[in-house]
Amino acid sequence: MTNDIFHIIMRAQADYARCIDDGRLESWPDYFDDPCTYKITTAANYRDALEAAIVFANSRGMLIDRVSSLREANIYERHTYRHILGAPSLLDEIEEGVRSETPFLVVRIMRDGEMDIFATGRYLDLYKIRNRDAKLTERIVVCDSSRIDTLLALPL
Amino acid sequence: MTGAIETHPAAAETLTWPPGLTRVPYWAFQRDDIYRHEQQRIFQGNCWSYLCLEVEIEHPGDFRTSFVGDVPVIVTRDADAEIYAFENRCAHRGALICLDEYGGKKRTFSCVYHAWSYDLRGNLIGVAFKDGVKGKGGMPQTFRMAEHSPRKLRTAVVHGLVFGSFSDHGPGIEDYLGEEIMARIERVFARRKPLVIGRFTQVLPNNWKLYMENVKDSYHASILHLFFTTFEINHLSQTGGIIVDASGGHHASYSQIDRAAERDGEYSKQNIRSESAYRLADASLLEGFEEFPDGITLQILTVFPAFVLQQIKNSVAVRQVIPRGTQKTDLNWSIIGFADDSPQQRLVRLKQANLVGPAGFVSMEDGCIGGFVQRGIAGAPYAREVLEMGGALAESSESRVTEAAVRGFWKAYRANMDL
Repeated sequence: MTNDIFHIIMRAQADYARCIDDGRLESWPDYFDDPCTYKITTAANYRDALEAAIVFANSRGMLIDRVSSLREANIYERHTYRHILGAPSLLDEIEEGVRSETPFLVVRIMRDGEMDIFATGRYLDLYKIRNRDAKLTERIVVCDSSRIDTLLALPL
Repeated sequence: MTGAIETHPAAAETLTWPPGLTRVPYWAFQRDDIYRHEQQRIFQGNCWSYLCLEVEIEHPGDFRTSFVGDVPVIVTRDADAEIYAFENRCAHRGALICLDEYGGKKRTFSCVYHAWSYDLRGNLIGVAFKDGVKGKGGMPQTFRMAEHSPRKLRTAVVHGLVFGSFSDHGPGIEDYLGEEIMARIERVFARRKPLVIGRFTQVLPNNWKLYMENVKDSYHASILHLFFTTFEINHLSQTGGIIVDASGGHHASYSQIDRAAERDGEYSKQNIRSESAYRLADASLLEGFEEFPDGITLQILTVFPAFVLQQIKNSVAVRQVIPRGTQKTDLNWSIIGFADDSPQQRLVRLKQANLVGPAGFVSMEDGCIGGFVQRGIAGAPYAREVLEMGGALAESSESRVTEAAVRGFWKAYRANMDL
């Protein structure tokens, strides 16, 4: 695969992480195609092919609903994430798009300043690339640990 | 109050539990000595604790590791197809016997430290170098393997749920649960074969009892959890009710959608946060299938001390509550599907799993609310909770605007703790 594709995906990943970390959650669904799959699961569930996830969406509408629920309905203490992403490994180029895997580390910063490593893992992605623009057809967020501290509100 | 717990002479008077069920002193969530007594008197006492699903140890040789309170245990199915459980602690020097979460085709467990080995019932069957080497060393002639084994649990299966008890003297599981709770477990599983379709652990920053109070608190559900209320899943004005068993320790709260009552205005009168006109962009999340002939759309059931069975629409899950010290709790979620699910039904379960768990639309708040209490009471061990909603008793009622099941928890707690 070309360096061109690598750079297009890399740019999409950087914008995705910055969007969440800046708190612009309303723009987060824009990084996905419609329909799309977005899942947050654990390495153990992924290994054992257990399909139920911590977060599951199979439409951009469900991603929008995640955001409006967080904004309108759910109660949680104010916090932010800092995503640190590794470089994507390009795994395969198929008719549906490009498969890639990207490691991530997410630090959670609570309103009182307390910081924790909240999650590490990998994004297993299927990107559709059109006109030098990459959209996620599928993102499986595989967290290395099966333990989630307190709650998972903001997307990974 | 027994003398053993009174380690704080200056506070001896206030350490006494207030009479009745409507006050709970906050030191119950803070004190290390109380935590240790809970482990002995409740988790290792006459109570039954959930261990795993029967289907997780389906075949002879299958095993899972689990916990009863903070005690690690191994649950197995032996060649006779019966289920056994024993403490995951080597009789020799106390190391964990089994480090894996699950496995199959097991015939023996061997401790990695000195290779003492056990059969699937927890009997010690081998001691490495027992007779020494070349006639030297070895265990004394008086050593009898039969006298050494980890503690064994009584086990029982209830509609596919495996429970264990460290006590041989407590009631059998059916008497422990009672007919009403047994029936409420049965209606969820309905003689079907459950499957675990996902697992995760939510780490709660609070005492385990604060989580159990929260689960039994039908008063908070439609106030804290806006998602429920807005989407007609659990309005207090719906039909339904709450069952509290005679011991107080078990409960089931349930509701049925009643769209006529939904418009009766109880909520607008109260000026509660639930008035928002929030609508889903993709409402397929709430489009379930007819699964329960009784029309119950929500049932939250607890078994004392620390087990939860949940049915929210088509989302079925079991939650195992594991104390990890006075201020930390592991909440182990197992998301349940059924072997006869069609692909469409399974997809509904995957979608509705969004309602629960650490990112659950209707349950994420329960992950932080206990922490808010734990932090709020930091300087107030002798202040007390007020539990007067719905009266002073711990009994079943048609209204869910009640703290009856929370009072029931404390009734059972105090009986077991001798407080």
